[in-house]
Order: sequence, then C-alpha cells, then structure tokens
Amino acid sequence: METLITILAGILVTTATYLILSKSMIRTILGTAILSHAAHLLIMTMGGLKRGSVPIIGEGNNHVDPLPQALILTSIVIGFAVTAISLVLAYRIYQETKTDDLYEWRGFTDE
Amino acid sequence: MNNILVLPLALPVLVGILLIFFRSNIPLQRWVSFAVMVVNLGLSIYLLHEIHTEGILRLDFGGWKPPFGISFVADSFSVLLVMTTSIVTAICLLFAFSSMDRSHEKMFFYSFVNLLVAGVNGSFLTGDLFNLYVCFEVMLLASYVLLALGGRKVQLKEAIKYVVINVVSSWLFIVGIAYLYGMVGTLNLAQLSQRIAESGQPPLITVISIVFLTVFALKAGLLLYFWLPGSYAAPPIAIAALFGALLTKVGIYAMFRMFTLVFYHQPVFTHTIIGVLAGLTLIGGSIGAVAYRDIRQIVVYNVIISVGFILIGLAVATPEAMEGSIYYLIHDMIVKALLFLLAGVMITLTKTARMDQISGLIRNYPLLGWMFFIVMLSMAGIPPFSGFIGKVLVGQGAIESGSYLLLALAFGSSILVLYSLLRVFLSCFWGETIIDEEEMITAKKGWLIPCAILTITTIGLGLGAESIATYVSEAANTLLNPDKYIDAVLND
Repeated sequence: METLITILAGILVTTATYLILSKSMIRTILGTAILSHAAHLLIMTMGGLKRGSVPIIGEGNNHVDPLPQALILTSIVIGFAVTAISLVLAYRIYQETKTDDLYEWRGFTDE
Repeated sequence: MNNILVLPLALPVLVGILLIFFRSNIPLQRWVSFAVMVVNLGLSIYLLHEIHTEGILRLDFGGWKPPFGISFVADSFSVLLVMTTSIVTAICLLFAFSSMDRSHEKMFFYSFVNLLVAGVNGSFLTGDLFNLYVCFEVMLLASYVLLALGGRKVQLKEAIKYVVINVVSSWLFIVGIAYLYGMVGTLNLAQLSQRIAESGQPPLITVISIVFLTVFALKAGLLLYFWLPGSYAAPPIAIAALFGALLTKVGIYAMFRMFTLVFYHQPVFTHTIIGVLAGLTLIGGSIGAVAYRDIRQIVVYNVIISVGFILIGLAVATPEAMEGSIYYLIHDMIVKALLFLLAGVMITLTKTARMDQISGLIRNYPLLGWMFFIVMLSMAGIPPFSGFIGKVLVGQGAIESGSYLLLALAFGSSILVLYSLLRVFLSCFWGETIIDEEEMITAKKGWLIPCAILTITTIGLGLGAESIATYVSEAANTLLNPDKYIDAVLND
C-alpha cells in the first residue's frame, strides 16, 4: 500500500512540475495546488499506513497515528488559502494586462 | 509555563482580525497597531529579563506536556529577535502614517502588517517544526498581500513570481518535515535533537538536513536570491522596509535553530556547505550592489550581502562568531529598515530612482544626508555604530577556526558595501543641487522622525552594546549547547 501511494505522489509531482513550467499563469497555479497535495500524500505515507482504531485508550489495541492527519489537515487549509490568493492575483493581473501568458509580461520593470 | 509567551503572536493576530471591522476608521487602525508593537516591545523586554533570571521559558498549549503537545519555547535568541521586530515594525508604521496612500490604508494595510508580525514572532517563538511551517505561511500570506497592495503592474508581476517561488519552497519544507517524521517519528525540536543525537545523525538525516537547508536558503536569500531584488524593490517604501528588515531574517533564524539544535553532528559536511553558500552569496550580492545605478536595487543587494555575512557566523560556529552573528542580526534588522526608508524618501523627493539623475540633495535636505552618511558607516562597520561589534566578533571567530577565505570574503564585501553606498552618497548628496528653491518638496516630519529614531537606535546599539551583551552571550551559549534547550523543554 505504501508503495502504491508513493508512486501516486510521484505522479502528482510529475504532473505538477509539468504544469508549473508551462507558460499559462492559471496552469502554474493549478500546478502549485497539485504539488501541495503530493506533499500531503507523502506525509500520510511517512506516518505509516495501517488499518486501526481511533487513538483513544480503551478503543481496541491497534491504534493509528493521529499526527499525520492533523498535519495534513492544517496543511490543506494553508494550501487552500495560498491557492485562493494566487487565483485572485492572477485575476487582477489578467484585468491589468489582458493576458494569461507569462512570456508577455516581460519588461515592465518601470511604469 | 508562562502564558505571556503567547502574546507576541496572539496580540497581533487578534488586533489584525479586529481591525478588519474598523476599515474606515484610519486613525484608530494606525494607533492601535502602533500600540500593539509598543506592548510587544515591553513584553519582550520583560521576557528577556525573565529568561535571564529563570532560564528558558516554555508554554505548553492546552497543558499537553512536550513532546506531545504544541509548545512555545523562548530563549534569549528568539526573544531578542522578537524585541527587534517590535522596534522595527513600530517605526515602519510611524513612517507609513505619513507616506501611505489613503486608499492603501483603507485596503487593510494595518491588519496585514499585524498578521505579518504575528507570523514572524510565531516563527521565532515556536518549539515545534510543523508550527514553524505554519507560522512561516502566515507570514508569507500576509507578505503576498502587502506586496500586491496597490496593484501596479510591476507589483503584480513580482507578486506572482514571489508567490510561486514561495509555494514551491514551502512544498520542499513539507517534504522535509514528512521525511523527518518518517525517519525520527517526532516534530518537537527538542525531541528531534535528542533522537538524532542518540542515532548520531546517520547519512539519511544529513540528506534531510540539506533539504531543509535548501528551503531556508530560498526563504532567507542565501545564494538562491534570484527572486529577491525584484520583489523587494516593487512595493511602497514602508512595506519594502518591513520586508527588508524582517522576512529574510526569519529564514536566517530558522537556519540557526535547525543547524545548531538539530543537525549539528556533521559540521564538516553541513556547515561547510553553509560556508560555501554564504561566500557565494557575498560575492553575488557585492556584484549586484556595485553594478546597479538604481538606488532601490543597490539597497536590495545590500540585504543579500548581509544574509551572507550573518551566515558566515553559523558556518564558523565558534562562540565568538555566534555572538557576532546575533549582534549583526539585530543591527541588520534596524539598519536595513533605516536604509530602505532613507532610499524611499530620496526617491519620493526627487521622483527618480536613478542615482546619476540626482545630485546635491544635501543642500536642500541636510538631515537626510547626514542620516544616510551614518547608515552607510553603520553598515560598513565603522566603530561607534552598531555594525562594528558584529563584524569584529565574526572576524575573530573566522580567524580562530582558520577559515581565512570566509574572513577575506566577509571583509571584502564590507568594503564593497561601503563603496556601493558611498557612490550613492557622492552622486546624490554632493555636487550642484538639481532642485530649485521654488519647486523643492519639503521633507515631511513624518518621514524624517522615524528615520531619526532608527539612526539614534543604531548609534545607541553601537555605544550601549554592553546593555544587551549579557543577553547576546546567553543566546550564543544556548545555541552552542543544545542540551540546555532540550533540558528546558523535556525535563521539568
């Protein structure tokens, strides 16, 4: 199971890298979102995947580790915030320059 | 246990949220934010005193004893930085009062400054690796907004670059955390340190330490500073000064923490890499500082040079060098804010950032000229000012450990700092004035007073170094003896 999830995380990183390197701004942002999900899967896998009961005393013997879930939850919230702000930023840039193509905004160092 | 420890984080967060509801009441927003910074300053001085008498302080949230809960740990190093952050932010806010556009102030400028400070203070105080990541993100999210505030094309362009680069480096941060958790099974810094010490830092953990080095190098601008010149030159002056003073310093702090507390068993490998990176940063930053004619770019490249200089202290890692780095870190936060503010005032007064189009400013604005002169001497490390002690101590440490190449680079770069700023001084302040009496814009008191306060602070820090000397040596001592930190966190 761990191997499978690791491979999945790898595929996500590949996709994300491809998207981030593209010219279109919106693809870059989607790429960063996918990248963070790959990291979340990695955290889950590193914590160890196993079937078990809730980590409360007296609820069975085989507990799962609650920490990776807590970490991922926090990280997902942060990921949402960052994706939201970059989408807003992309929209503002589109309003300002009427283009989504990163190559076309070379050269306005000054106004 | 000391509940005051949470206030440097909690106060700005709460005020930042509350101020959203008082959007149109700008005077209230201004003075409440200023008051928060003053209160934080008082708290940090109190905490510094408390740490001096009672040792390292700890706060376990919800009463969960470490290593299980989230905890805040305050040693002298982190509280000194919290103190400096409060001073610098308070003064940058004073500057913002008279320099920010009303429209920017209405777009929640003060809320976001508060949130930025919350993130910075949280990063300094946290005792948990994942919490460090969270505080980093709080700080970065606020900085994304502040960078784009105003929405000029160049700001938006730099903002999207800055966002994407930081998202990727944050991704590396989580990857590092995941691997470390998989290897060691904990994220509490003290317990991490303990467990890695037990296993003697096997090669895999050294590799993970390099992942962290990459992350913090990206955040601090250690060699990987390609994003920095653009994004620090784009926003309004007060924001640029905050960025220059605070953001890279958090990365530097994290690097000091991780490589003195957790990954300190293979210094031949890790600290050598840090040394090489610091040396290359000094070279690159110096070339940038000398090459440009745009005042903003010169100022920004000076930020990069100081990052390299501070990290030489970490690479060398002798007690003197550590002390020197801490002195220099405090000095640098104050002086960089001052330099950005002065450069901003010059640009506002002359409406150009090119230094060959400005001359003779000292006839019209003598105070500005002298303050620029002082900041230049201070950054180059001329004795009465605050940069001197840091430079001497780092140099002494480098000689002791025999790293003469780093020593040469450090002092060579100091000369280039002096040269690059002297060039600005000669070109902009001396010579025939370009401004007529009639069309001269008066420099507002609101611009000059904050600069004057910072100038007095840098002189005061230079002359009164003894007043913080005990705290600095204590901080260096804790950094070099991780057992103290572990003891304070894990054993009560």
